[in-house]
Amino acid sequence: MSKTLYDKIWDDHLVNRQTDGTSLIYVDRHLIHEVTSPQAFEGLRLQNRKVRKPELTLAVPDHNVPTTDRSKGIDDEESKIQVDTLRNNCKEFGVKLFDVTDKRQGIVHIIGPEQGFTQPGTVIVCGDSHTATHGAFGSLAFGIGTSEVEHVLATQTLIQKKSKNLRINVNGTLPKGVTAKDVILKIIGTIGTAGGTGYVIEFAGKVIKNLSMEERMTVCNMTIEAGARAGLIAPDEKTFDYLKDKAMSPKGKNWDKAVIYWKSLYSDKDCKFDNEVNINGEDIEPLVTWGTSPQDVSPVTGVVPDPNKESNEDRKMAMKRSLEYMGLKANTKIADIKIDKIFIGSCTNGRIEDLRLAAELLKGKKIANNVSAMVVPGSGLVKAQAEKEGLDKIFISAGFEWREPGCSMCLGMNPDQLKPKERCASTSNRNFEGRQGRGGRTHLVSPGMAVAAAIKGRLSDVREIQ
Amino acid sequence: MKNFTTLKSIPAYLSLQNIDTDMIIPKQFLKTIKRTGLGKSLFYEMRYDDKGEKIKDFILNKEPFNNTKILIAGKNFGCGSSREHAPWALSDFGIKCVISSSFADIFYNNCFKNGILPIKTSEENVTEISEYSIRQEEINIDLAKQEISFGNKSIKFDLDEFKKKCLLEGLDDIALSMDKIKQIDEFEKKLSLNKPWIFSNE
Repeated sequence: MSKTLYDKIWDDHLVNRQTDGTSLIYVDRHLIHEVTSPQAFEGLRLQNRKVRKPELTLAVPDHNVPTTDRSKGIDDEESKIQVDTLRNNCKEFGVKLFDVTDKRQGIVHIIGPEQGFTQPGTVIVCGDSHTATHGAFGSLAFGIGTSEVEHVLATQTLIQKKSKNLRINVNGTLPKGVTAKDVILKIIGTIGTAGGTGYVIEFAGKVIKNLSMEERMTVCNMTIEAGARAGLIAPDEKTFDYLKDKAMSPKGKNWDKAVIYWKSLYSDKDCKFDNEVNINGEDIEPLVTWGTSPQDVSPVTGVVPDPNKESNEDRKMAMKRSLEYMGLKANTKIADIKIDKIFIGSCTNGRIEDLRLAAELLKGKKIANNVSAMVVPGSGLVKAQAEKEGLDKIFISAGFEWREPGCSMCLGMNPDQLKPKERCASTSNRNFEGRQGRGGRTHLVSPGMAVAAAIKGRLSDVREIQ
Repeated sequence: MKNFTTLKSIPAYLSLQNIDTDMIIPKQFLKTIKRTGLGKSLFYEMRYDDKGEKIKDFILNKEPFNNTKILIAGKNFGCGSSREHAPWALSDFGIKCVISSSFADIFYNNCFKNGILPIKTSEENVTEISEYSIRQEEINIDLAKQEISFGNKSIKFDLDEFKKKCLLEGLDDIALSMDKIKQIDEFEKKLSLNKPWIFSNE
């Protein structure tokens, strides 16, 4: 019987299936961080349980860590307790940890692929919704709650019901200035933030095929913003090239065996999807969000939409609330919106390619007087590589701050936060009310668009600075 | 886990769509290493002003809704982050049931691990039941019968059998999975033969 890529991975991980479809699936890779794991370890202790497979688990502090000088430790008492707790739990239960001062430390979804911990055909979970990122490698990767983290630690399995299959084909080619971030924003804008609920999404089509691994990660990362827990892209030579010789990738004979298996990971020609969506690459423009939901997207050449033209009453109300929160009036030109802050980083756009693209556009230019801007590399290794290439100097001489790696202003759990009414062009993934700081106003953009906004001091078309 | 059988309460209605987990419990409260004590921070940004004073107009700050056990909300409730702090905060506040026309997947699953019943029902039903919030009249939930009753009417709701059983009996699903340890052992044996690189990269 022909199967989708998701069907294949699911079937390969089935430990037990009850008659009602409730299944126990095996977890090959478990990533943990300081925010969603303390209660899980505490649960293990209370029940006198162990971590079943510490060697399949990797831990890193990322959400809380300061992005300034870390040699003095963490000032915030609560953040410090969480990071210390992770360290102690890892020691007690024998889990490998990249600690705050380790050069391999970084955002959990950046370090997994970077280390080769992320591999095609595996089931990967983490107590973080952006675990979907790892789907770029053809792995079934999704976010779980803390109780499920505890379940995985104790049993190396998870109780699940199979999701439905949705394929999103992005066909054709992308116009100049349009990047992976615009592709995924377009997808979310098209199907809505609940459009993928109950599905696992496979991203396919020529545009997806032509994306680099970094770009594929950007697309899969925001699958959750379309409501689906997991997004997948079939692995290919690019995937194998990326993983070859990574620290935790298979070596020698194991590599050869793994590649043979990985090459079987694709959706069969005549397989059936429960739903399919087609998008033309040519129709995608550089996008920005204007509201407080990732589906609130508009081309940078467009205007803030008018809620009064919306026929659905609930939607009209939601739009009005968003515009009031964002301090925007209907029909304002997007390119007239002034910006106070620029944030380049996060598990969506904090990889080396993102920094290269941003630096290339920024070379020899200065940020506008009215903005302050920061770059937070996704990991210590990304930071080191960028410094080796001299990208840090480009950012700094343009007026950006060059920080230590972590989640930072994507969710503002550390001191990197927006003040009330401050407006930010951000390469992160969520523009929810208060996400980057109470009252803060977030416009989601690609790294190139963030640079354009930094130079002009307002939301701007990246094609004008190319 | 505490079990769930029946519930009776005047429901609180939040008509907003796409209520995300950042709204339910903002990031500054995720720094805890405990599961308890989050109730006072539930819907923090909507519930308190800049000075930390309660906003009188917000429904959960008003009698009788400050003691409600049932929340009715607009569609796509619980979208965004996977933080289980969201159901912890609801539960700590006293909310044991959320009714909406749709839920985000991760949040929906997290509810069941914490004795909270999320009920999916049609938008028409949500609108009808929300009248009971406005009129401040009690509604009843019966999990065994999969029934919401109000006035002299009752409506059925769908629920996964396994999730229902776990909730009704307050089962610890880790213990249930531990019972399948032999099958997990066998699976791992096969896995190490067929995909040795999963356990060791050398």
